[in-house]
Amino acid sequence: MSYRLLSVDKEELDISPPGLKVRNYFGLSDCSSVDSSTIHNRVQDGEKTSNLNFKATELRLGLPESQSPERETDFGLLSPRTPDEKLLFPLLPCKDTAASATTEHKNVVSGNKRGFADTWDEFSSVKGSVRPGGGINMMLSPKIKDVPKSIQEERSHAKGGSNNAPAAKAQVVGWPPIRSYRKNTMASSTSKNTDEVDGKPGLGALFVKVSMDGAPYLRKVDLRTYTCYQQLSSALEKMFSCFTLGQCGLHGAQGRERMSEIKLKDLLHGSEFVLTYEDKDGDWMLVGDVPWEIFTETCQKLKIMKGSDSIGLAPGAVEKSKNKDRV
Amino acid sequence: MALRLPSKVLKHILSFIDSNEDRNSVSLVCKSWFETERKTRKRVFVGNCYAVTPAAVARRFPEMRSLTLKGKPHFADYNLVPDGWGGYACPWIEAMAAKSPSLEEIRLKRMVVTDECLERIAASFKDFKVLVLTSCEGFSTDGIAAIASTCRNLRVLELRECIVEDLGGDWLSYFPETSTSLVSLDFSCLDSEVKISDLERLVSRSPNLKSLKLNPAVTLDGLVSILRRAPQLTELGTGSFAAELKPEAFTKLSKAFSNCKQLQSLSGLWDVLPEYLPALYSVCPGLTSLNLSYATVRMPDLVELLRRCSKLQKLWVMDLIEDKGLEAVASYCKELRELRVFPSEPDLDATNIPVTEQGLVYVSKGCRKLESVLYFCVQFTNAALITIARKRPNLKCFRLCVIEPFAPDYKTNEPLDKGFKAIAEGCKDLRRLSVSGLLSDKAFKYIGKHAKKVRMLSIAFAGDSDLMLHHLLSGCQSLKKLEIRDCPFGDTALLENAAKLETMRSLWMSSCFVSFGACKLLSQKMPRLNVEVIDEHPPKTRPESSPVERIYIYRTVAGPRMDTPEFVWTLHKNPEIGVSKLAIK
Repeated sequence: MSYRLLSVDKEELDISPPGLKVRNYFGLSDCSSVDSSTIHNRVQDGEKTSNLNFKATELRLGLPESQSPERETDFGLLSPRTPDEKLLFPLLPCKDTAASATTEHKNVVSGNKRGFADTWDEFSSVKGSVRPGGGINMMLSPKIKDVPKSIQEERSHAKGGSNNAPAAKAQVVGWPPIRSYRKNTMASSTSKNTDEVDGKPGLGALFVKVSMDGAPYLRKVDLRTYTCYQQLSSALEKMFSCFTLGQCGLHGAQGRERMSEIKLKDLLHGSEFVLTYEDKDGDWMLVGDVPWEIFTETCQKLKIMKGSDSIGLAPGAVEKSKNKDRV
Repeated sequence: MALRLPSKVLKHILSFIDSNEDRNSVSLVCKSWFETERKTRKRVFVGNCYAVTPAAVARRFPEMRSLTLKGKPHFADYNLVPDGWGGYACPWIEAMAAKSPSLEEIRLKRMVVTDECLERIAASFKDFKVLVLTSCEGFSTDGIAAIASTCRNLRVLELRECIVEDLGGDWLSYFPETSTSLVSLDFSCLDSEVKISDLERLVSRSPNLKSLKLNPAVTLDGLVSILRRAPQLTELGTGSFAAELKPEAFTKLSKAFSNCKQLQSLSGLWDVLPEYLPALYSVCPGLTSLNLSYATVRMPDLVELLRRCSKLQKLWVMDLIEDKGLEAVASYCKELRELRVFPSEPDLDATNIPVTEQGLVYVSKGCRKLESVLYFCVQFTNAALITIARKRPNLKCFRLCVIEPFAPDYKTNEPLDKGFKAIAEGCKDLRRLSVSGLLSDKAFKYIGKHAKKVRMLSIAFAGDSDLMLHHLLSGCQSLKKLEIRDCPFGDTALLENAAKLETMRSLWMSSCFVSFGACKLLSQKMPRLNVEVIDEHPPKTRPESSPVERIYIYRTVAGPRMDTPEFVWTLHKNPEIGVSKLAIK
């Protein structure tokens, strides 16, 4: 399947993969100060050329990557903040050599400049009632015309799923277009209802972000709705199985033909992907090493990484992933 | 030989013309008509507070009694405009206080209003009568108290979905002790409790009160006691309906409602328990407007209520009504003109939204007078849109929000181009259109060509290329407001159609591909447009080709804004940006 990358000036980069273009609809890009020359926004068959310059990590062919940490843009909704994160999707031109390794993900967290989200957090004031569970807003990825359908399929699986873990909720800034007043009002009334229904002690939700290499947008899961790793893992499988491949279809028909139907499940069992989390110290660990209760207390973020990326993790983690390979 | 009407005669004729659009046309005929018109205009509407200076407005319309102002762009409602962008009411109030002290009515939408501002209003306009604040922010209940206490002739005080710093319910006690001239009071967006005794006394001494909208803190008991004192109400917003279900409570409520024989509009109903709904049955036959959009009532209780509302013209409801309920609406509410269906779970992942396209089709078929639609659902089909267009060519406002971005026709997997083509072609009087779902450039070609009367168009996650924008800007003859988010086009279409922008009120584009260079060029070439780049990055550090996060372009005779915050870049404010390097076409 082809994938569209940014086309950039040859002056800037050592590599310029021909004929590949990308779209980034969500201009939360952290542009560097490299000057590019001509602006040439021409329309050709729905492809766009623009010399977008992102803070680069690497250039990849094949599956889209959700490289850098996500950015929150939070305009007036309270959210549990993990600062300085940004989601750049799908691919970033590499300023280094083309052959750079793929193990740099976790290092991107540091050194990000202060995001707009942080600036806006100063401006935004918390007004009205607060949404329970926080409202982390993310940007939706470029058009992925096939995703909606697969999300629907995936959802029908989720509904009939074996475990009872509720699906986490993806969020996009300002979408669906409902006034904050209404959102806040409804959020506070639904939270009242769920508390009564579930009869849970008022611990509140424990939302952590879940990203997956190649998925167009983040999800959030409430760790308190699960009681063991198995539940979490099944829920994530269901949530992400639609994102496994093929989001290059910019024109519906073509894209769908190219999209293959590998499910995340297969990938996980084929040990291409491993589930990792970032703990309170900022280290990335493999999920499953510690008892569940400790995990829920220390887990800050979840990430479904490619097996090859987890090489940099703790030795125990590597061991485990190797074991998975054997299985 | 030109016939000249004596200005007295012209004045008399103009006194019959209320519509500002007509008056604007009148003022273009010739200088004397301009002069006569401006001296007789009482109600002034300014759709963009930055399009003209307050001083100019005051100067032009010396007899102004009513001023309506809008501030932030519409997408501010959905958190797409960062806080601090602007839209301050103060400069306007200051100017009017000085030059139009006879001002009686102020209506503000999406503006930042401070307590000082409100105090100024109270102090400056002796005969102040009407204050309506919609989606405003920046003030507290102290400001409201100032208005209540000082404006002795206050008739209307409405806070609609404002964000108010609520310092307590005391403000209610500031109304004059003697009888008030209140006709309408809306404090539904305030959080804190008001003293029921204060409210009771206020209602008792407000014999002209026709419209009262309470906040959720008012209990059922409070509601009953208010209704007893104000059976003449035509519009009621209840407080919270959540209360222990006691038989006496129900009977009291029922009786109180049955005494309100003139009630036409009902809203509020937060947390309403289905068991209480029958208390409303007595008023249903007279209702023309019902807002159940905060009521988590489900079927079949909803239908029991709705089938009694044969005169209903406006219905706002949550998707809990389901297709079944909408089918019932189609058969019982034959007078329906406006329908809004809101999602009960406004999340991308919501899987069990119980309305589908079929619900809207039912209503379109059954309600012949339907002209305004706002509908949220997960997916749609071209066939449904075509049916709706065929059945309801009288639609004036059609806003469809398919929550799933890029969702195609789920039966055929095609884009929804054909469907929206049918809407644009068939509904010849369409003035407002919001599109969603999977749409290619073709859809916008149709819209550009056929939607001749559309004035406001909202687009998200759609289109393939620059052509989309080009079609819209070169077509859509009546286009006044265009707002776009997350669509894949950029500079070419924008620059080629720059002249169109001066015929529009505003253009908003966020998360598209408009480059910084294009913004600069547009700024340079079109001095009567304000081009605002709303973006975190300082322009100097960006290459010209880099896309900007948001742009807001609007025509103005007021010149550049002086109150822009840090994150808004304009050529005027930031001349160091320099001249655009783009080739000038």
